[in-house]
Amino acid sequence: MKEIEIIPEREGQVQRKGNVSAPMACNKKSAAGSVSQRACVFCGSRVVLYPISDALHVVHGPIGCAAYTWDIRGSLSSGQQLHRNSFSTDLREMDVIYGGEKKLLLALRQLIARYKPKAAFIYSTCIVGVIGDDVEAVCRTMTAEAGIPVIPVHSEGFKGTKKDGYRAACEAVATLLGTGSTEDVKPHSVNILGDFNLAGETWIIKKYYERMGIQVVTCITGDAKIEDIRRAHGAKLNLVQCSGSMTHLAKMMEEKYGIPFKRVSYFGIEDMSAALYDTAKFFSNDPTIMQRAQDLVREEVGNIYPQLQAYREELQGKKAAIYVGGSFKAFSLVRALRLIGMQTAVVGSQTGGPDDYKQLAEICDEGTIIVDDSNPLELAKFVLEKDVDLFIGGVKERPIAYKLGVAFCDHNHERKEPLAGFVGMLNFAKEVYSSVMSPVWNFVPRRQPGRAHTGMPSAQEKSVSLEEKTP
Amino acid sequence: MSTLSSQTVSACASCNSFDCDPSTCSARQPVEEIVETAPFAASTEGITAATRNACKLCTPLGACLAFRGVEGAIPLLHGSQGCSTYIRRYLISHFREPIDIASSNFTEDSAVFGGSSNFKTAVKNLRRQYEPELIAVATTCLSETIGEDMKRLFHEYYAENWEEGHPHMVHVSTASYRGTHIDGFHNAVRALVETLAVSGPRTRRVNLLPGMVSTADLQHLKEILADFGLPYTLLPDYSESLDGETWAEYEKLPSGGTPMKAIAETGSAQLSIEFGHTIAGTKTAGQFLEEKFCVPCRSLGLPIGIGETDAFLETLGTASGRTVPAKYRQERGRLVDSLVDGHKYVFGKRAIVYGEEDLVAGLCAFLCEIGVEPVLCASGGESGRLEEAIKTAHPAPLRKSMAKMEIRGGVDFAEIGEDAERLKPDFLIGNSKGYKIAKKLNVPLIRCGFPIHDRIGGHRLLHLGYRGAQRLYDEIVNALLEAKQEGSEIGYSYL
Repeated sequence: MKEIEIIPEREGQVQRKGNVSAPMACNKKSAAGSVSQRACVFCGSRVVLYPISDALHVVHGPIGCAAYTWDIRGSLSSGQQLHRNSFSTDLREMDVIYGGEKKLLLALRQLIARYKPKAAFIYSTCIVGVIGDDVEAVCRTMTAEAGIPVIPVHSEGFKGTKKDGYRAACEAVATLLGTGSTEDVKPHSVNILGDFNLAGETWIIKKYYERMGIQVVTCITGDAKIEDIRRAHGAKLNLVQCSGSMTHLAKMMEEKYGIPFKRVSYFGIEDMSAALYDTAKFFSNDPTIMQRAQDLVREEVGNIYPQLQAYREELQGKKAAIYVGGSFKAFSLVRALRLIGMQTAVVGSQTGGPDDYKQLAEICDEGTIIVDDSNPLELAKFVLEKDVDLFIGGVKERPIAYKLGVAFCDHNHERKEPLAGFVGMLNFAKEVYSSVMSPVWNFVPRRQPGRAHTGMPSAQEKSVSLEEKTP
Repeated sequence: MSTLSSQTVSACASCNSFDCDPSTCSARQPVEEIVETAPFAASTEGITAATRNACKLCTPLGACLAFRGVEGAIPLLHGSQGCSTYIRRYLISHFREPIDIASSNFTEDSAVFGGSSNFKTAVKNLRRQYEPELIAVATTCLSETIGEDMKRLFHEYYAENWEEGHPHMVHVSTASYRGTHIDGFHNAVRALVETLAVSGPRTRRVNLLPGMVSTADLQHLKEILADFGLPYTLLPDYSESLDGETWAEYEKLPSGGTPMKAIAETGSAQLSIEFGHTIAGTKTAGQFLEEKFCVPCRSLGLPIGIGETDAFLETLGTASGRTVPAKYRQERGRLVDSLVDGHKYVFGKRAIVYGEEDLVAGLCAFLCEIGVEPVLCASGGESGRLEEAIKTAHPAPLRKSMAKMEIRGGVDFAEIGEDAERLKPDFLIGNSKGYKIAKKLNVPLIRCGFPIHDRIGGHRLLHLGYRGAQRLYDEIVNALLEAKQEGSEIGYSYL
C-alpha cells in the first residue's frame, strides 16, 4: 500500500514535539476534499443549546439536520425531556421556491400550543441562509403572540466553522440573561459554563460546590431550565469548562454584568482539584470554603486513589492517541492518562487555537505528534506509526481504532458514563482498563501478523471469471 | 486484579445521586409520570407544519451509502462540511466501520460565487489521498439551491485536468428537500449506470439492483445468484466494504464493492431485477438500462417472506434455465415447518410496521403470511404508492379482521407514537428509532432495517430469502414468548 501522506495545505497543522519551527497553523477552514472530523456552524450551535430541556428546539430547514441531531447527546435532565425530540420545518421544494417563513410560523404556533415550552430556539440551516427567510421577524411575531422568548439562532452551516456555531449559541443564550429574579442568589455563587450534564456530570460537579458552601446558580447548558438561565447574571463567578464554546458568553457576561470568569476542567484528579481550589481562592473572604475544598479533595481522592494505583500497575507504559473536539479537554486527558501510567503519543483537536497547541506541546513528551483538524487517513497513519494501545475520541474516531485493532475510550458527547469529577476519573480508568486489557486484541492482525487479512477475492470478482468461461 | 471491576458508576435516574440504589430510591417516580412530560401527550390538534422525530433521513445519506458499495469509490458531498460529518456519524453508528465521505467544504464565498474552486481542490486532494477509481459526487441542498451546474463543473474540471487513468466521476442530484434517503439511494444507483454502463453483445449476466438492504442480505443474494450459476452485477454491494475484517494496515478504501467493470457490463446483461414495488415504473437504474440498452427490467418486491422470495427465485430460475436448487427448496420446507410449529403464538397478534416504504411492504406481506395483523403500516416516505405496494406484495385477500389495516405515508415517529397509543399493538417491527414508543407501550421491538443504533450487528441482520424469513420469524415468536413469560408471575420455564 502506498504510504498515507499529509496533503500540502495541511502540513502546517501537524507538529512533532521537539521539532517545531512555527506556531500551529490552526483556525483554518478545513481543506476541500479532506475528510475532516469537524462538523458545521449548525452543529456547534445545536450541541451547545441541546441540553436546555424545557425549550423547544426547532430546526428550520430540510429534514437532514434535524434527523441527525435527534436524541444524540447523553445530556440528562432532572425535569422535562422536550430537548430529546427533533422538531423540524422539514422544508420541501415549494418552500424553498416560495420561502419557508409561513411554514415556520405555523409550525411554531402548533408546536408551542402542543408542548407549552418555556422558550423556543429556531436554528437556521444552510438553505435558510440562501433563500433569505426573515427568521428574526417570525421569531418577533411568535414572541409577541405566544408570550415566551422565541430566539433565532444564526447557524447557517456554511457561514464559518463549528466555533462560529458556538458563538451563535452564546448570543442566543445571552438574550435570556438578566430577565429573571436574582433574589435568592447567595454571595458565594457561581455559574458552570460549558458542562452539558452528560451522564449526569453536572450533578456530580454541582454537589462538590455545594459541599464547599457555594451555590451553583445555573449550569449553561447542562440540565438547564430557561428560568435558571434568566437569573444566571446574579452569580459572582463564571467557571468555564468547555472554553471553546463558552468563552464568548463568559466575556459577554463579564462586560455586561461584571462577572469575572475562570477556565477550569473537571477531568482528572489534578484538574478537578485545581477547579475547586481556584474557586475557593476566589471566595477567599470566607476561609472555611478553602478548608471544605481541601477536606473534600482529600476525602474524594482518598476514596479512589488505591483503585487508581491498581489500574496504574496494569496500564503502566501503554501509549495513547487523543483526538477530541476542544483542545482544553486534551490537556486534562494527557494529565489523566499520566496518572494511570499511560503516555500520550498523539494528540489533536478539531478546534484548538495556537496558544492551546503551544501549551499542549509543553505538557507532552518529546516526539508526541500534535495535530489540528485531522482526518481518518492521518489519524490511522499516526496510530500505526506510534503503535498506540488506546485511542480516545468520539464516534467518528472509533472505527479507525477498532479497524486497526486498537482499544478505544469514548470521550465525546454520546457517552453514557460520567467521566467528570473524582468518580469520573475512576470511571475513566475503568473504561480505559476494560478496553486496553481486553483479550480480543490477541486475535487482531496487528498482534497476529501471520494471520493478517485473508485477501480473498470478492464473490463478484469470482462471478466475472465464471462468465468468462461461459461460451 | 480481582478488585478491578469494569462496572462504571452511574447516577440514580430519580434523585441524580451517585450514592443511591435506583431500585429503592425514595424519589423514584412511576415511569408513566415521567413520560407524561415527554412527547406524545394526547393531541387535540394536529401538527401539520412540523416534522417531529422524522421517520426518514435526507437524500445525500442514501446516495453516500450506495456509493460506498462501489469498488474503489469515494463519495464527495458538494456542500457544507456538516453534511458529510453528520452522515458519516449516522452510518458509522449502524455499520461500525470506517465510512469516509469527503466534502467540498463550502464557505460563505462559495455560497455566493459558486463552489467551482472548492470542487476542483476537493477532487485534487481526494486523488492524492485516496487514489480512487471513482469520485462519486452528490450535491446537497446548499449547492442545489444556489444552482451549481455540475455538468459544467465536470466539463471545466476535465478540460484542465484530464489525463490517462484519471478516476471516473459521477454526479447525482440530492437536494434534501426533494424525497428521502431512499430516493437518494436509488438515484445514485441510476447515476452510476447512466455514467458507466456500456453496450456490448448480450451476455447471460443478470443485474440485481437490490435497493437499501443489509450487508447480510447482500451476502445472501450473492450466494443465491452463484447457486443459480448466473454471472451477475449486484449494484451496489457494500457487503464487504461495510462489513469487513480487521486490518493490519489502514485501507484507504476498504476492499469489496461492485467492480467498475461489472457496472460497465450492466448494459449488455440479459435481464435486470430491481427490488421495490414503489419504484416500479419510475426513473430507476433498471428502467434506464431497459430504455438505453434494451435490457429488460423485472420489478419485484423485496424478497421478504415466502411469496416474494418464491417470485424472486422463479425469476432467477427462468433467467438461468435451471430449477430452484435443492438447498433453497429445503430452506423453504424447513421454514414452512417452523411456521406450523409456531403459528398459534403469532396468530392475531397486532403489529405496527414502519420504515422505508418497500421494507414496510415486504414486512407487511410476511406478517400477513404468518397470521399477524399489521394494524399500522407507516413510513416517512411519500411516494404515494405505499398502499399499492403492500397490495402487490401480498395479493391474497386479507381476513376480515385485517381489513382495518391503516396505511400511512409521510408520517413521523410522533404520529406513529400517537397512533400506537390508540392501536395498542402487541409488538413493533422496524428500525431502532421506534424504541421509545415500544418502551412506553411495554411491548417488544423487533429490530430490522436501518438504522440500528442501539444494538451491535444491526447491519448483519438478515431479512431476505427463506433464511431471512426464518430469522425474522424466530425472532418475532421468541419476542412474543418472552413477553408472555416476563408478564406472568408464575415463572413458566416450559412454553
